[in-house]
Amino acid sequence: MPADFSPQFQPATKPAKPFSMLTEAGKLRRDAKPDLSEAEILDALRLMKVGRAFDEKCLNLQRQGRLGTFAPIFGQEATLVGTAMAMDPKRDWAVPQYREFPVQLRQGLSMKSIILYRRGHPDGGIIPDGVNVMATQVSLAAQIPHAVGLAWGLKLKEQDGVAVVFFGDGASSEGDFHESCNLAGVVDAPVIFLLQNNQWAISTPRSIQTGGADFASRAPAYGFPGVSVDGNDVFAVHKVVKDAVARGRRGEGATLIEAVTYRMSMHTTADDPTRYVDPRDLEVWGKRDPIMRVEKYLSSQGKWSDELAATWDQEIQDEIEAAFAEADAHAPPDPTAIYEHVFAEPTPTLARQRTEHFGAQ
Amino acid sequence: MPTMNMVEAIRSTLKSEMERDETVMLMGEDVGHLGGVFRVTDGLQQFFGSRRVVDTPLAESVIAGSALGLALTGWRPVIEIQFLGFSQQCFHQINQQISRTRFRTRGTQQAPITIRSPFGGCVRTPEFHSDSMEQTFAQSSGLKVVMPSNPYDAKGLLAEAIRDDDPVLYLEPLRGYRLVTGEVPNEDYTIPFGKLNVLREGTDITLVAWSQAVPIAEKAAELAEEKGISVHLVDLRTLVPLDEEGLVDAIEKTGRCVVVHESQATAGFGAEVLALIQEQAFYSLEAPMRRVTAPDSPYPMPGVEDHFIPTAERVAAVIDETMADQ
Ligand SMILES: Cc1ncc(C[n+]2csc(CCOP(=O)(O)OP(=O)(O)O)c2C)c(N)n1
Repeated sequence: MPADFSPQFQPATKPAKPFSMLTEAGKLRRDAKPDLSEAEILDALRLMKVGRAFDEKCLNLQRQGRLGTFAPIFGQEATLVGTAMAMDPKRDWAVPQYREFPVQLRQGLSMKSIILYRRGHPDGGIIPDGVNVMATQVSLAAQIPHAVGLAWGLKLKEQDGVAVVFFGDGASSEGDFHESCNLAGVVDAPVIFLLQNNQWAISTPRSIQTGGADFASRAPAYGFPGVSVDGNDVFAVHKVVKDAVARGRRGEGATLIEAVTYRMSMHTTADDPTRYVDPRDLEVWGKRDPIMRVEKYLSSQGKWSDELAATWDQEIQDEIEAAFAEADAHAPPDPTAIYEHVFAEPTPTLARQRTEHFGAQ
Repeated sequence: MPTMNMVEAIRSTLKSEMERDETVMLMGEDVGHLGGVFRVTDGLQQFFGSRRVVDTPLAESVIAGSALGLALTGWRPVIEIQFLGFSQQCFHQINQQISRTRFRTRGTQQAPITIRSPFGGCVRTPEFHSDSMEQTFAQSSGLKVVMPSNPYDAKGLLAEAIRDDDPVLYLEPLRGYRLVTGEVPNEDYTIPFGKLNVLREGTDITLVAWSQAVPIAEKAAELAEEKGISVHLVDLRTLVPLDEEGLVDAIEKTGRCVVVHESQATAGFGAEVLALIQEQAFYSLEAPMRRVTAPDSPYPMPGVEDHFIPTAERVAAVIDETMADQ
């Protein structure tokens, strides 16, 4: 028997270096080859811009009291779009938290539907047939077990779809995260845990969520691989998610992806980040802007110009205005909605309550 | 006497209790540096330091569960659950662990923990932020359930809660955080649990409410009084312990009763109140008693939430119906 003992597993002292392909200056790193075609790169840029413009518009309206509380995506566009573009909306499921607007859009939910949700309209909850998303999740981490079930269910049905579940560094502290990873490892569910490490959970910094050096390194303990990726690099995000999706389809189980990014604006419109965010951080991360990077890259390829940018801006504005017009044309919320869809058939008690409240139908 | 809103009354009480007893510590999501998402704990971490005012990871179950361990080592934790809806993530720790500690150990261990949480609707919060669940916790035997409606009570009941050796769920009316103001004496005082507060003396009908429903009931009482109906309005203040005697007295004054609450009707705490009156004051009743509550539906989206919770007009209409019963 050896006399000395030391624990076999020691914590890492430094976080893993996030995988990255495109520099802040918009140059490809040595040996980096985007696996997005030129058309796809333009699509990705477009979707990132739509995401940002939509939130700018929503923020304006919210400030005028014309829209409810919502969580802007500013700064996190590359993580969302890079992931969405590695998915196949026809067979893969997206399971959002509440900061994933471009993913919902790409999976097939309409902008109008998001507007209704942000207006607090019950119809904002409608998910059309064939759109593979779950409802926006507000109860943190509650969506992670659902995604494991989805992925497991697809696998049991011998379909090759995967489930991608989005959540924050904060949500990763909930028990639901651990239980989900554990089950996914046990049943080899083709689920991708997309942890958006935007450094904040409202005012709580990343350092208070984990004593570990990073989040991705938790994965091997559950029996599947972990990836750390530059979340502001759409090429890198797309590549690592695509790889995880491929493994999921091949029956090789789950992946945990930590996208290292930064929340560039408020937690939600109800938050005042000036109370806790160091403006110097915003400056540093501002230089890593995910949209600017791709624009620089495309410019260097001769595929991007101020004129094109201006045309796009106009088109995107028009698209957003059209969606708001559609939402305006939608019937306002009917108060009786509070009695509908509680059960397939209302219970006698609920039916009586409705009649007492709103009269006989 | 200073005038305060609910937030200020709660904050100043937390501060004075922490000064009074060095074992009192605060913990929760965003309670430290930010001072809470509603600023209830604003400035307390700067004042008491980050060992006694602790920003925790985002995990309600371990916030509540670790409070029990902290309590057993001599601390008196006051934990914040950011919105009551998210107490469901730690319901097990509250209902099965914290509440039953005294019972399971035959009184050899106790859990002097205060669980603070804002609750209730109509402030346009996102989904799951507006649930009223007091009835659920009233069934967590071993847990006291305290629901102040105004700043004076907020102070006296919170001081009582923190000093209590039993666990207390202290629910803060979100809608009233800044809207409800009142005078709060500077000096130290506590309000004993299990003593309801008569807010309005009347002779025709008794209105029973607590916390967020009190302002609704007050407005309904005014509407009724305009029609010449004299309303006796009582604020329960605490559901556990319940002021049984006070309730019976209040019913004997008028012989009629309407209960108002924001949570769902079925198995809501209103049902408990009416059952108790039926058992203990049946012969004083002159008319069937009624409830005005939310329907048996999940809390809805903000766009329709104003129709979900009771309004003063609906309460006034039910008062009229009850008065019409012979
Ligand atoms: C179970 C639960 N607890 C608390 C909250 C309140 N809350 C809403 S968002 C948030 C922070 C979330 O941070 P993170 O998961 O990192 O995601 P991010 O908002 O940064 O995208 C908190 C504490 C909640 N919605 N659900």
